[in-house]
Amino acid sequence: MIIEELIEYAQKLHLREKTGKHEVKVCSAAGCLSLKSEAVADELRKKIAELGIEEEVSVKPVGCLGLCSKGPLVTIDSGNRVYQNVKPEDANLIIEKAKTDPQSETDKFFTRQQKIVLENSGQVDPEKIHDYILRDGYKALHDVLEMTPQEVIDEVTISGLRGRGGAGYPTGLKWNTVAKTGNIKKYVICNADEGDPGAFMDRSLLEGDPHRVLEGMAIAAYAVGADEGYVYCRAEYPLAIKRLKNAVKQAERAGVLGKNIFGTTFSFTVDLRIGAGAFVCGEETALIASIEGKRGQPRPRPPYPAEVGLWGSPTLINNVETYGNIAPILRNGGEWYAAIGTEKSKGTKVFALAGKIVNTGLIEIPMGISLREVIYDIGGGIPDGKKFKAVQTGGPSGGCIPEQFLDKPVDYESLSELGSIMGSGGMIIMDETSCMVDVAKYFLDFTKDESCGKCVPCRVGTVQLYNILDRITKGTGTMEDLDELDDLCDLVKNTSLCGLGQAAPNPVLSTIQYFRDEYIAHIVDKKCPAGVCKFHTHAETGKSEVII
Amino acid sequence: MSKVSEDIALNTGSDTNSAKVKAATVWLDGCSGCHMSFLDMDERIVELLEKIDLLYSPLVDHKEFPDMVDVTLVEGAVSSHEDLEKIRKVRAHTKILVSLGDCAITANVPSMRNPFGVEAIMKHAYIDTAVTKDVIPNEVVPELFEYSRPVHNFVKVDLFLQGCPPPADAIHFLLTELLEGRMPDLTKVSRLGK
Amino acid sequence: MVTTGKKVKTFIIDGKDVSGTEDQTVIEVCRENNIEIPTLCHLEGLAEVGACRLCLVEIKGSNKLLPACVTKVHEGMEVITASEGLKKYRIKILELFFSERNHICSVCVSNGICELQNLAQRLGMTHVHYPYLFPKFDVDASHERFVLDNNRCILCTRCVRVCDEIEGAHTWDIMGRGIESMVITDLNKPWGESESCTSCGKCVAVCPTGALVEKYKNAVDKSFMYKKDKLKFLPYLTTMREVKNEQS
Ligand SMILES: Cc1cc2nc3c(=O)[nH]c(=O)nc-3n(C[C@H](O)[C@H](O)[C@H](O)COP(=O)(O)O)c2cc1C
Ligand code: SF4
Ligand code: FES
Repeated sequence: MIIEELIEYAQKLHLREKTGKHEVKVCSAAGCLSLKSEAVADELRKKIAELGIEEEVSVKPVGCLGLCSKGPLVTIDSGNRVYQNVKPEDANLIIEKAKTDPQSETDKFFTRQQKIVLENSGQVDPEKIHDYILRDGYKALHDVLEMTPQEVIDEVTISGLRGRGGAGYPTGLKWNTVAKTGNIKKYVICNADEGDPGAFMDRSLLEGDPHRVLEGMAIAAYAVGADEGYVYCRAEYPLAIKRLKNAVKQAERAGVLGKNIFGTTFSFTVDLRIGAGAFVCGEETALIASIEGKRGQPRPRPPYPAEVGLWGSPTLINNVETYGNIAPILRNGGEWYAAIGTEKSKGTKVFALAGKIVNTGLIEIPMGISLREVIYDIGGGIPDGKKFKAVQTGGPSGGCIPEQFLDKPVDYESLSELGSIMGSGGMIIMDETSCMVDVAKYFLDFTKDESCGKCVPCRVGTVQLYNILDRITKGTGTMEDLDELDDLCDLVKNTSLCGLGQAAPNPVLSTIQYFRDEYIAHIVDKKCPAGVCKFHTHAETGKSEVII
Repeated sequence: MSKVSEDIALNTGSDTNSAKVKAATVWLDGCSGCHMSFLDMDERIVELLEKIDLLYSPLVDHKEFPDMVDVTLVEGAVSSHEDLEKIRKVRAHTKILVSLGDCAITANVPSMRNPFGVEAIMKHAYIDTAVTKDVIPNEVVPELFEYSRPVHNFVKVDLFLQGCPPPADAIHFLLTELLEGRMPDLTKVSRLGK
Repeated sequence: MVTTGKKVKTFIIDGKDVSGTEDQTVIEVCRENNIEIPTLCHLEGLAEVGACRLCLVEIKGSNKLLPACVTKVHEGMEVITASEGLKKYRIKILELFFSERNHICSVCVSNGICELQNLAQRLGMTHVHYPYLFPKFDVDASHERFVLDNNRCILCTRCVRVCDEIEGAHTWDIMGRGIESMVITDLNKPWGESESCTSCGKCVAVCPTGALVEKYKNAVDKSFMYKKDKLKFLPYLTTMREVKNEQS
């Protein structure tokens, strides 16, 4: 099969659907669905039928349009303008707009972004492969099969792409390692566990453009010499799972997955594995154990999965967003990608903006723009006239960055210099009403519950850390506790087995570094500057001050 | 944490020749086994008393803790307000505080009640197994803390002599070393549960 | 101990020139050279898990501490086994173990033959400065010969591994996660009702503490399984393992 045949196939499918001249795109990702965007779509369809203008206007469910806090979102045709908080009653108005020329978007929320990974999200119907194919889908895979695997890897290396799962390991280098293991059974895994609380980048991509991820995996499989792949997705993402399953089936039918892809000798099948939602199962060795049917616990590395992975075979494991970057890189060339971003952090990064910010939602920005631009231009600043206090990146493995560093660029090195990490893309904004000790406690509460329990520094150390923070937020902490936090963080960081434990102290360390005075206010003055923590005084508990 | 700077180590040098080292022992939540072990030093106690004044102890008669002592050995865990008040006072009037035995160091046997909760064990002790009156005393017996805890959870402790009880030889070693002006390494002479 | 066909690597441990074959771990070479490294989860003859973190060593050129029990030797590496930093970490790790459960040595049947207790003394742990957590665990005495006391378990998973890898019964496993993890028999049935347990006693033999013990026996009892003289039991494990490897 050649690409023309594939496009013809897609066109046939497309024609079978009756689409109008204008398409009204209704967001049907989890966020808008929960705000009843389905009802909006139904009403639109009803109205269009009533008016008998099916040839002119049709309705199309699409993936995430980004501004999740203002859903349900609707856009028309190429998405120049996004309508917010749309209600079924607005159907007539939308139809009217669709018929006339839609205005173009000027909101900085949209104009400051640059979409590569999310270019199709909000444009294609995620449940229809032909929609994807008609937007250059599977073209990169087709072209790749005419290159040698090494050429493919080289292109990825040139692009400078780094893993989007958190650690930022160079993707080309990882592919090379797996490719070099020789002519043996290998696997490709897509890490869709996305365990950071508040993060939904991977979910949105899977819900909005699942074929993009499958195409990336297939290209990776060809490059490293694998013929079987797994997507490991958490069970909390039923919509993503449903759309992925559907996408795999369609891709197999279209001949872009399965045996002899595009008529070549290359075969690649993809299967889904559903995780029960343990954070640690996002760690690659735990994820592999979980796929193997074992208890989801990490094991010491080396050996890395690239050498000894699933069922003992060399295994390439990349994040959803990493795979999402692959097709455009191969379509446009590594150089094109490398021209975006900074010297060491190339391309774009998807973030889930959340917390005390006007525009919460999903954004994709070129690496290297400043935190301030992200928060004030794209995010629209802090609501209710409140004062900015800190931005948290990297979830439970990251840290809190204060005001004075807002002009730092968003890239791997800068964020880790500040004691945080890029992480997978969670970005939580906090204003003056957030207590930083309480924030640290929140994350430690998370990590202590999510610790797998295998190694003692993490299993017990996180509980001890949490208990100290709990004491401080209740007004019974001491200055010695503050020293102990430092000491224990150092222990947990340096002696834990896997990344969960090694990064667990980051929220504590960074808040102590930048907001030490808040800790001291709790301990010495028995005051919570943000007014979040409630202190138990003597009289309240009726007990002595001895509470340990 | 437990290291004590040299200057407060006991010194029986020439200038203080006349004065004996002031010592005390206290008994918190423990079985008195550590004190029995102290007595097990037998005739060596007589030798020690040439250099030491035992000013306060369950073994002697004084009712009030002295103003300042050089060294206090504390037996037992902290299990109630009474224990806490006592140990705070002792700490304030002691140069070198030694946790003597596992109960002081780990809460040991008294801590066996901890997982069950105060209410359950009081009921078990005073009602379920009662032979005379089945009432839980609340006036003459100090109220228990939720947990029995080691002494160092409440006050700074300078030295730890493990053992249940620490052998008499180990206690002797501790005291003679202190008399020599040295902070001894006690992990060599005893261990937890010994 | 150089076997045919395996490459020999020479390298340095604590300033001393040593050699080992490429498939050996740092700990194996250390033990051959009488260099002491504390371990708890490691037991010769069982698969390594790298969980107790006591065997962490420094390797020049690596900014991470690596567990000696799983780290393979390589040419020219420089290993440091007992820097001041490592010693401090090890004591703190031991303290975390003690703070986690109810380790009351004085009333424990394994008093005197417990590896946790011995290490505490050997490494010079004077006290546990972390607050004790005092969890509540029931004791499972339902088996006719053995007792499980989770209050004394350190989750080294030696029992899990010996039962699976050597006995082949896989009666033991871990339930729960984080601080709530605990060893269980079958699907958390009382041990006495386990269908898979063969009552072989290997788990009791390998348990480093008093979590798994034989009834009516105590530390001073000469016949106390193999625990008293664990070294005698080790060659047996190794042999079993080699036989198993050859078969597969
Ligand atoms: C505790 C923990 C949780 C993780 N969770 C995820 C996750 O949810 N998704 C992900 O892609 N990577 C996660 N990772 C990183 C993976 O181990 C692995 O590095 C990543 O999937 C590699 O893909 P990349 O190179 O494309 O980033 C996690 C790591 C740790 C230590
Ligand atoms: S660091 Fe935490 S999550 Fe990782 S192996 Fe250790 S206990 Fe498990
Ligand atoms: S012996 Fe190596 S980690 Fe336990």
